[in-house]
Amino acid sequence: MKLSPQWIRDYVDLSVDDRRLAEDLTNVGIAVEGVSGSGSDTVWEMEIGTNRPDAMNHYGVAREAAAVYDAPLKEVAAKSPLLATNARNGAPSAEPGAAFPIVVEEPNLCPRFSARVIRGTGIKPPPEKIAHRLQLLDQRPISNAVDATNYVLWEIGKPTHVYDMDLLEGGKIIVRKARAGEVLKTLDGVERKLTTEDLVVCDAKKPVGLAGVMGGYDTMITEKTRNIVIESAWWDPGTVRKMSRRHGLHTDASHRFERGADFESTILSCDLVAQMILDSGGGELQGDVLDVVSKKMDQAPVLLHVSEVRRILGGNLDAGQIYRLLKRLGFTMIPEGQDDARFWVNIPSWRLDVEREIDVIEEIARLHGYDKFSNTLPAYSGAVVELPHMPIDAALRKRALALGYNEALSLTFISHADAERFSAAGAKVLELENPQSEEASVMRTSLVPGMLDMLAWNLNRDVAEARLFEIGSVYESAAEGRVEPRRVCLGATSDWVKNALPAGGALDVSKGEQAAAVETFRGFKGDVENLLALFANEVKYERETAEYFHPGRSARALVNGAVVAQFGQVHPEATGARKLRQEVFLAEFDLEQLYRIGLRLPGFAPLGKYPAVVRDFSFVFGDEVSFEQMQSAVLAAAVAELREFKPAEIFRGASIGAGKYSILLRVKFQSEERTLREDEIAQWSGAIVAALTGLGGLQRT
Amino acid sequence: MAYTVPKLTDYSAAALEKAAADLLSASDQEWQAVRNDSDWKAYRDRWMARKNGILTQINELWLKGAPKDSKRDVGSKLNEIKERVEKDVEKGRRFSKNYPILREYFSSSLVDITLPGIRRAIGAEHPVVKTSHEIVAVFQKLGYSVAEGPVVETDYYNFEALNFPPNHPARDTQDTLFIANQVGKPLRQRLLLRTHTSPVQIRTMEKQRPPLRIVIPGTVHRNDPFDASHSPMFHQIEGLAVDTNITFGDLKGTLDHAMKSLFGSSVKTHFRPSFFPFTEPSAELYVTCFICGGSGKRGPDNAQCRPCKQTGWIEVLGCGMVDPNVFEFVKDNGYDPKKVSGFAFGMGVDRLALLKYGVDDIQLFFQGDVRFLEQFG
Repeated sequence: MKLSPQWIRDYVDLSVDDRRLAEDLTNVGIAVEGVSGSGSDTVWEMEIGTNRPDAMNHYGVAREAAAVYDAPLKEVAAKSPLLATNARNGAPSAEPGAAFPIVVEEPNLCPRFSARVIRGTGIKPPPEKIAHRLQLLDQRPISNAVDATNYVLWEIGKPTHVYDMDLLEGGKIIVRKARAGEVLKTLDGVERKLTTEDLVVCDAKKPVGLAGVMGGYDTMITEKTRNIVIESAWWDPGTVRKMSRRHGLHTDASHRFERGADFESTILSCDLVAQMILDSGGGELQGDVLDVVSKKMDQAPVLLHVSEVRRILGGNLDAGQIYRLLKRLGFTMIPEGQDDARFWVNIPSWRLDVEREIDVIEEIARLHGYDKFSNTLPAYSGAVVELPHMPIDAALRKRALALGYNEALSLTFISHADAERFSAAGAKVLELENPQSEEASVMRTSLVPGMLDMLAWNLNRDVAEARLFEIGSVYESAAEGRVEPRRVCLGATSDWVKNALPAGGALDVSKGEQAAAVETFRGFKGDVENLLALFANEVKYERETAEYFHPGRSARALVNGAVVAQFGQVHPEATGARKLRQEVFLAEFDLEQLYRIGLRLPGFAPLGKYPAVVRDFSFVFGDEVSFEQMQSAVLAAAVAELREFKPAEIFRGASIGAGKYSILLRVKFQSEERTLREDEIAQWSGAIVAALTGLGGLQRT
Repeated sequence: MAYTVPKLTDYSAAALEKAAADLLSASDQEWQAVRNDSDWKAYRDRWMARKNGILTQINELWLKGAPKDSKRDVGSKLNEIKERVEKDVEKGRRFSKNYPILREYFSSSLVDITLPGIRRAIGAEHPVVKTSHEIVAVFQKLGYSVAEGPVVETDYYNFEALNFPPNHPARDTQDTLFIANQVGKPLRQRLLLRTHTSPVQIRTMEKQRPPLRIVIPGTVHRNDPFDASHSPMFHQIEGLAVDTNITFGDLKGTLDHAMKSLFGSSVKTHFRPSFFPFTEPSAELYVTCFICGGSGKRGPDNAQCRPCKQTGWIEVLGCGMVDPNVFEFVKDNGYDPKKVSGFAFGMGVDRLALLKYGVDDIQLFFQGDVRFLEQFG
């Protein structure tokens, strides 16, 4: 919203320059956010809170300036003695049968309707000064009569409307709800279908204005207009707001009415508009001001306790200081009792936002100056409690970082297509009512689409190696509304398998592509194992994963029978759909399961005092035999001194034959009681060879 | 001509000094001739052997013959020499870079130490998450516990219980993304994406009685299209303190302390009136610009400081005293606004991270671009 400091100075004499004025107003909450132009054409960009419609105009800001500097505020009034007399004589009401009857059928929604009638005027361009001032505020001058209403809106903040009286049929105005099927063409030329919820100003036959929002096209001021009705009403804020939203019409008038206009300014605004029309277009007033007050505005005085001011603000403002601060803002205080402890505070009519004691306290603090209150620190005896999942998230995050994965955040929205492809079975998506695009139309049910997008982003920018992780929630519809389970996702890709995985580890690709694939998978699985090792030593792996994984190179991990993760190479169709040019590995962890398991408490096992003995066994197996089977068979041999069993080298190739592979298995024996003897080692080795041979393995020599 | 320990007749300080210098220089010379392991052993034994080593000999030849009254001086001089030789021979020389036996090996095994190191990949913390953790840590030290709540929130918690009545213009300030298919439900149960972390205030007060001190980090959404400074998804940290004695001065003091912890002890704070439906009085907190130090200008040529728009001040958060209307919603759990008071504050983490690291586009935070993320490693 734009305002002119020069215009503000019409109403209050100030010795400070514009710069200082802007600063001081900002410090009482009337924020000047930007300055353009210079000299008398300086324009301020204002930021006025939605609770302060009274300050969304020049007189209102002048009132704040007067309060800040404790300077007198000049009165705004129509100059013409006739207007002034009329207004001063109070508010004669427009009885039925008067010259221009006003019938308010909705007294709750239109508690006050004031009007003036001007006859025999002429429509002209606006006076130069008016046009210039409006143009400074980016308002387009239209005509003297229309600009009179616009000027008064920017002057005192009260919206008004002018009708061509000769186009009002039946010689009266009715305020009522619209009837089903009624149509109103508004000033912007749009035909609007009205609903029975709409509040309209009508003549005897038809709607002529959308109450508080915009006037009608067919009764507007034109060059031919000679007789004018000026309307200044007070409309129910909620009703105006609903209409404004229903019709998608946000106007300067609706903006003020829906925040609450000054109930006591309806006559003043009528008079100011009338004065400007008479001054510029001639003509004369017909009769007195018309003023239908169906309901008085309830602005009850507020009881203010000095003790409450101190309880909320701290410090020790006394009654005298409070009195002086409030007086500058137009509030009056009447003592309640003798001890200066309580006061009745009368609220000025333009401050509809002040209703409660706390609102008055804010006014005191605001004008006193926030920076004048001393900084204090409150005493506190409570303890800091940690959410149970926080140390788990922290441990995972630390380890993922240590494994060389960069922390990433992706958007929480995904497309319908991705929701379908990547949701867990049975997951019900939460769709957005007003999405920004189809790509962001549902809440994510998985971190995978976001991760794939981020990896694609890198590959598309020739960043061929990326390792990312994200810890975050996914969102699903549920019986009780929605659930937001937490997940961790790892994503990794590299153009150079040899260097890809694990982080920084060199892999030997000299033994063929399949061997390299095994090593790559094992490298990624190692990262998964490192993360799961935070929770459990015993993890079982099964070849069963979601459809978007490569069926031969993916697995799920189980701890105590619960699935805690799935990981592996992404299905070529899924990477192809995002035009990823190279293989991508993903791991998804179900944090909710891991929270249930909890962090593993490391346990101490004594370091062996006696030397360990390592033996290697080289075997050839058919592809159908898995390492896990070898491990089970060897464990079944029940050698108590067996400490370790692991694959040391895997080899495929022509020399081995199709459908087979060679594996070098490394075994470690150790006793806690003694040094091992050659004969027992030979015996155990024999048992292991027998177990492996039993699986169909052929020992190589 | 190999060195032999001379007999001393003149025990003057000068003579003693000369004898010591001769001895040390002889040791140096012999050291230079060492070429291999057996040389090294011979050298060591000649000087250090307990029986008839040179150090043993000087005891015999120099100390014993010394006049009684200078014995003390001579003794201490000899100890000095012995220590020096022992140190040279045993450690200094054996493990020195000049150890003759290894001289050739050293010169043939040079590496170019100016070649760049090979760095193991280290994951980088995301700047927004890092900033969020830093802010939370500051408040944890002040006694605040972390609280959390759902991202998909009901109208009741996001608006109504925070004193945004239905159909109130204040709702316009928070462009809201709504969940579809909610029309059949009562307004307060309709789901939307929370526009701030403030709903967790109410959720926590429903569960915990005062006194309360919580800090609430979380993801929020607004219907703002992406540009350099806006994102439909961003992050906030909310704080809430409620007790029988909380004042506006406490709000100011707490935040002043927190800002100094976050941005440095020289930072100044400034509070301006503002409006939020759920606080009264409400304020915006400004800190002296941590880029230009509050001068509005940067660098030697006094360039205009952009982060603070040359004002020297940066707005960092909104805050205020909890509005009594908010307490009314949880009054039954001990939050009678006549008995307790409180303050609340909320800040945008992404914006603070943008300012802190001088990032010029918020979208960089959510693209996962490794070239960006690695800068924070």
